[in-house]
Amino acid sequence: MIEVISKETGNKEMVINMGPQHPSTHGVLRLELVLDGEIITKVRPNIGYLHRCFEKYAEQMDDYAKVIPYTDRMDYVSAINQEHGYVIALERMLELEVPERVEYIRVIMAELQRIASHLLGIGAFGLDLGAFSPFLYLFTEREKILDIFERVTGARLLYNYFAVAGLMRDVHPKFKADTAEFVRTFRPKIKELNDLLSYNKIFIQRTANIGVLPEKVAFNYAASGPVLRGSGVKWDLRKNDPYSIYDRFEFDIPVGTGEVGTLGDCWDRYIVRVKEMEQSLRIIEQALDGMPDEGDVMEAIPKRIRPKEGEIYVRTETPRGELGYYIVSDKSASPFRVKARAPSFVHLSVLPAISKGSLIADMVAIVGSIDIVLGEVDR
Amino acid sequence: MTEYASNIHPMAAILIHAAIPLTIILVYALVAIWGERKIAGFIQDRLGPMRVGGWHGWAQSIADLLKLIQKEDIIPTNASRFLFKFAPFMMFAASYAAFAVIPFSSAYIGSMINIGVFYLLAITSILTLSVIMAGWASNNKWSLLGGMRSAAQMVSYEVPTIATVLTVVLVAGSLNLMTVTEMQAGNDTLGFLPNWLIFQNPFLIVAFIIFFISILAESHRVPFDLPESESELVGGYQTEYSGMRWAMFMLAEYADMLLLSLLGATLFFGGWNSPFGDFMSGPVWGFFWFMLKGLLLVFVMMWIRWTLPRYRVDQLMHICWNILIPLSFINLVLTALWEVIF
Repeated sequence: MIEVISKETGNKEMVINMGPQHPSTHGVLRLELVLDGEIITKVRPNIGYLHRCFEKYAEQMDDYAKVIPYTDRMDYVSAINQEHGYVIALERMLELEVPERVEYIRVIMAELQRIASHLLGIGAFGLDLGAFSPFLYLFTEREKILDIFERVTGARLLYNYFAVAGLMRDVHPKFKADTAEFVRTFRPKIKELNDLLSYNKIFIQRTANIGVLPEKVAFNYAASGPVLRGSGVKWDLRKNDPYSIYDRFEFDIPVGTGEVGTLGDCWDRYIVRVKEMEQSLRIIEQALDGMPDEGDVMEAIPKRIRPKEGEIYVRTETPRGELGYYIVSDKSASPFRVKARAPSFVHLSVLPAISKGSLIADMVAIVGSIDIVLGEVDR
Repeated sequence: MTEYASNIHPMAAILIHAAIPLTIILVYALVAIWGERKIAGFIQDRLGPMRVGGWHGWAQSIADLLKLIQKEDIIPTNASRFLFKFAPFMMFAASYAAFAVIPFSSAYIGSMINIGVFYLLAITSILTLSVIMAGWASNNKWSLLGGMRSAAQMVSYEVPTIATVLTVVLVAGSLNLMTVTEMQAGNDTLGFLPNWLIFQNPFLIVAFIIFFISILAESHRVPFDLPESESELVGGYQTEYSGMRWAMFMLAEYADMLLLSLLGATLFFGGWNSPFGDFMSGPVWGFFWFMLKGLLLVFVMMWIRWTLPRYRVDQLMHICWNILIPLSFINLVLTALWEVIF
């Protein structure tokens, strides 16, 4: 047993490994914890257990389009959103116009995926705190979204659906009806979730005032997405730097308010996700109304894309935060460089700053509330 | 039956007395583990085990048991071998031994001793020891943390448990569980209610609530399942155990649940007394009513488990020392006053 003597307190401390095989590290994250009793005095996240050389692979591809399946595998619980950023980046590089119908389908798919991803994030968060049943209720809902996706794309997790200047194939004829039906049945479930978990007294006691991330620290660590919004900052790329056709829709940006504890605690980050699902439903409803019924889903483009020499940085709002693609082209058919700025990676670096002095049980809550996906952290 | 056996050989009566609770525990454990999975399934909108054995997967726990028997018995290299091997059996032995003073029916109690409650509380304290033993002997940090938490939790929650049991003893005037049950016979409280202790005075209702919360913590059930909280401590003190040894822990946990539920049924819900007075009473019906009451409490424990999240270790201690203990002692004093006045 490794024991260290703390320089500050003189207490004997214990070094403990949380992960990579630990049920609450959401994959293969390894945290080195230094404990004084059960109180954490130091955290060091160790990553790299799921590293799959995404960026190097992208350079090896002889076609820009061949990178799309690899983007899926970064954040595997929100694959559509990962593809979205990449195809937008390429379309901007090639200065392509995307058909109206494609844009609508993309937005609907992206928002459905956002809901699916949040459902998993929230459910796993509850599971970390010992609430088993909400997890399964939410999984049932996620299953319905995956069914819609399966009918449209043929896959349930990694879709490879978005293509440069279009989609791989047109949607299922019943897509609109299916989605509308899901929106109708899902709304009451959010209320159910709030009754069962969000405003559960024990749940609030476990998450309020835990892992407080002040606005300033969030800025310093370049946090984004629900983690930043949980700290009360109104920042959503769909509004602040609109891409695709997000400027056409009406929706709010939910932010943390410190309703049950301090602003920026685990509960705020959690509730932001819950409220975001409602906003996504609003976007989907508007998009379903505006979506043209007829039209091509693929623009005529050369079989092999060769962008002009140059570089581009495109950022989009994924369920986890700001996902940026930095693509450099050297006029050849394969990308010279593809760099992904992954929100989970950035958020993981916040962990040591907000978890010092908490208990192991809080550590689990904090990791759950920043909702990382290790596939995206390591890439 | 036991008299007849003791005529053959004195040892025979002891063996029969030992075998009856053991049979009850084993049958109950198989049913309860299957039942818990079915209940969890229904609470969570799914079916639970459906395949093994045909009808609603009734043979699932038997299949699991067979699987566990066949598993390799892994002992970590640097574990303290004797303690590691001994801990699960000691844990089960402690809960099993406590069944000796539980009056299963008007005709059967394992051992008719007049300090039954005291014996039960004393022998279940050994559970704490075996949990620490398992946690320490595994030579695993997660196990150690689990064992440590468990020691703190069980020692703390024994205080309100004992205080509420004392409240009942104060009203009943006996430490013998058989006597406590016998005095709850009849149906004249407020004209129609059974003479169960929970209906006797308002303080006993409070006592039951405190008692129930405490036994949730004593038997490591959600929301107090910290010693084995799998999402924090991997498996707590059970982390390094596999196969049959792990099954012993599981069995002990379920036996403990039943024991404390049956204790609750005896102390507050009239034990083997029928809720309808003389109707459907007698030794066999008595056993039926007693198990029904106990299993209902077990069901409530399962229901809570699949509904609530888990408390944090400091919150758990806060609930115990700042809320339950003062409340249970105030309750004890008020009950004493009530007894003096009425």
